[in-house]
Amino acid sequence: MSGGTSKFQSNNGLVNWVEHRLPIFSFMDAQLNQYPTPKNLNYFWNFGSLAGIILVIMIVSGIALAMSYTPHTEFAFSSVERIMRDVNSGWLIRYLHVNGASMFFIVVYIHMFRGLYYGSYKAPREILWMIGIFILLAMMATAFMGYVLPWGQMSFWGATVITNLFSALPIIGEPIVKLLWGGFVVENATLNRFFALHYLLPFVIVGLIFMHLWALHMHHSNNPTGVEIKDEKQDTIPFHPYYTIKDLYGLGLLLTFFAFFIFFAPNYFGHPDNYIMADPLVTPAHIVPEWYFLPFYAILRAFTTDFFMYIPFAWLMSAKLAGVIAMFASILVLLALPWLDRSHIRSSNYRPAFRIFYWVFVIDCLVLGWVGGQAAEGILVTIGQWATFWYFFHLIIVVPVVGVLERPKALPNSIAASINGAPQAAE
Amino acid sequence: MQIIKTLTAIAITGTVIIGVSSTQAAVSGPKPESINWSFNGVFGTYDRASLQRGFQVFQNVCAGCHSLNLVAFRNLKALGYNENEVKAIAAEYEVQDGPNEDGDMFDRPATPADHWPAPFANSRAAAAMNGGAVPPDLSLITKARGSGGDSAIRVSMLQPSGFPLGADYVHGLLTGYLEEAPVGFDLPEGKYYNKYYPGHSIAMSSPLGEDAVEYNDGTKATTDQMSRDVTTFLVWASEPELEHRKQLGVKVILFLIVLTAMLYALKRRIWANVH
Repeated sequence: MSGGTSKFQSNNGLVNWVEHRLPIFSFMDAQLNQYPTPKNLNYFWNFGSLAGIILVIMIVSGIALAMSYTPHTEFAFSSVERIMRDVNSGWLIRYLHVNGASMFFIVVYIHMFRGLYYGSYKAPREILWMIGIFILLAMMATAFMGYVLPWGQMSFWGATVITNLFSALPIIGEPIVKLLWGGFVVENATLNRFFALHYLLPFVIVGLIFMHLWALHMHHSNNPTGVEIKDEKQDTIPFHPYYTIKDLYGLGLLLTFFAFFIFFAPNYFGHPDNYIMADPLVTPAHIVPEWYFLPFYAILRAFTTDFFMYIPFAWLMSAKLAGVIAMFASILVLLALPWLDRSHIRSSNYRPAFRIFYWVFVIDCLVLGWVGGQAAEGILVTIGQWATFWYFFHLIIVVPVVGVLERPKALPNSIAASINGAPQAAE
Repeated sequence: MQIIKTLTAIAITGTVIIGVSSTQAAVSGPKPESINWSFNGVFGTYDRASLQRGFQVFQNVCAGCHSLNLVAFRNLKALGYNENEVKAIAAEYEVQDGPNEDGDMFDRPATPADHWPAPFANSRAAAAMNGGAVPPDLSLITKARGSGGDSAIRVSMLQPSGFPLGADYVHGLLTGYLEEAPVGFDLPEGKYYNKYYPGHSIAMSSPLGEDAVEYNDGTKATTDQMSRDVTTFLVWASEPELEHRKQLGVKVILFLIVLTAMLYALKRRIWANVH
């Protein structure tokens, strides 16, 4: 990692003995203490560390829950209720974990939209961004399987609907679905393997986060101007104490927000039907995924046989398959974003046209989320289809074209200059 | 701090949008009356007298058809009964135990450690005795019911108190029977018309006629009174931790606010020489 020029020194004999054999103290000193960080980061740069802390909360509370949970279709529902009623502070641990999942997605989505606004995905941070997308995918898989574990009605029917999507794939579809189910329907074998994977994947996320941080520390944080660090003395401040205290203050705000849900609206993000034990013979009136999947669910459902984005592909595949492909593509296309964006300017603060499209895109994603939670009927179908169209149109057409055509504003000479209000020069 | 205002605004907007977006199209129909329950709000608690009356209604009316599988007799201490009273209540019921030394199952009086015995051996038996409809278990009923879905969640956000709409719905259901279905409504044989039940056609007849129970504390047993009491009891059965949760929550949030304010002051001080 760069920034490894630690001035670490110690008078402690034991520390020096270890340091000589494993330079862990100088490593930590360089990466967590002296690590040079742009001095102009705003509060949107808090969300990365917040996401990391929530992951730790999720793993710790999750391990505690796993000690009292029974992954069996007959006992899963009542074992969760046993946690709620008979395990000491079990209700607190479970509500922490359940609402923690929603907090994780809120924080990560804000983190991603920050990256989109300030162009944090651009060279030399492409791999940093791509690892982030893989973290999102791993989070989604983990969250989906975790929602199945209480074995309520929405657990069961959500699992049935989502796993069935894979059956739309030609040739490999049916074998994939059987592999996911461990049989011919969603049943005990499904619950067992989902539990095993739900326990495994968070540790995969931990590994991905290490790579994410490694890539981050190679070229340091982006910043609101998008101008690279030019003079370490003038442009940066050491991570500790400046950003440790700023992150702690942000953590205080997040925990207050989080605690409100845990203690006063613990089922706000959930669905009442999940307090009914799974019954394969009774289908709920509306099957809806968790809120953080709703934009993607809207994209999936937008693909009806008369959807104008489907018609060109109608000779090739079913609308269902097209929807499944579009849903996965909506995330995978983000991997190509560093190359789709042709502008050299990172920060949207200096991109007047792109900035407008950025906010339209944010609204578009919110509209998709809203449509995803509604019953697919009437005008909502049309709104969902146009929002789906705009999602892809923005990323594949608007981003490259605006990058080429736009006349950006003048960038500041340096981070320090942007703060001091020094005269600006065109790049 | 402009940025804090912005973040707060984003947080609130996001929350509202999430709330709206997770609200699916609810079955349209009249909304049950919104009751000012004692357990509503940040400082909400259960009314012990109402809990005990509600338990009486449950015992005398509901328990004939509905199970309450997740509640044990020992839990009844939370209603304000002492150890001996709980033992006496449990002893009124028989539960199956065994096998004994001869390998036979046998019945014995329940103890506080036993769970509430179900009225039917299994769901087939329950359906056979109830015209084909299985009376649902009531242990989680107020958490499992909103008017057709997620609007309960939206309401619980605006009125942060567990699941008030679940409670309002149960109360509405119990008091929402009409003697005769409205003209033009095709009510199937053996069904009853309820204003708040999704689809209106419900297999349960109006369970709470005036004076269906004789309250031990002398309260007049009107349909509305019984409905409020048994709903309170069922909210407790769904969320026995509610009082403890809210009391702890007030302390935790006060602590976090003070801590965050101190962290903010420290942040200002440390950053004073940067700008």
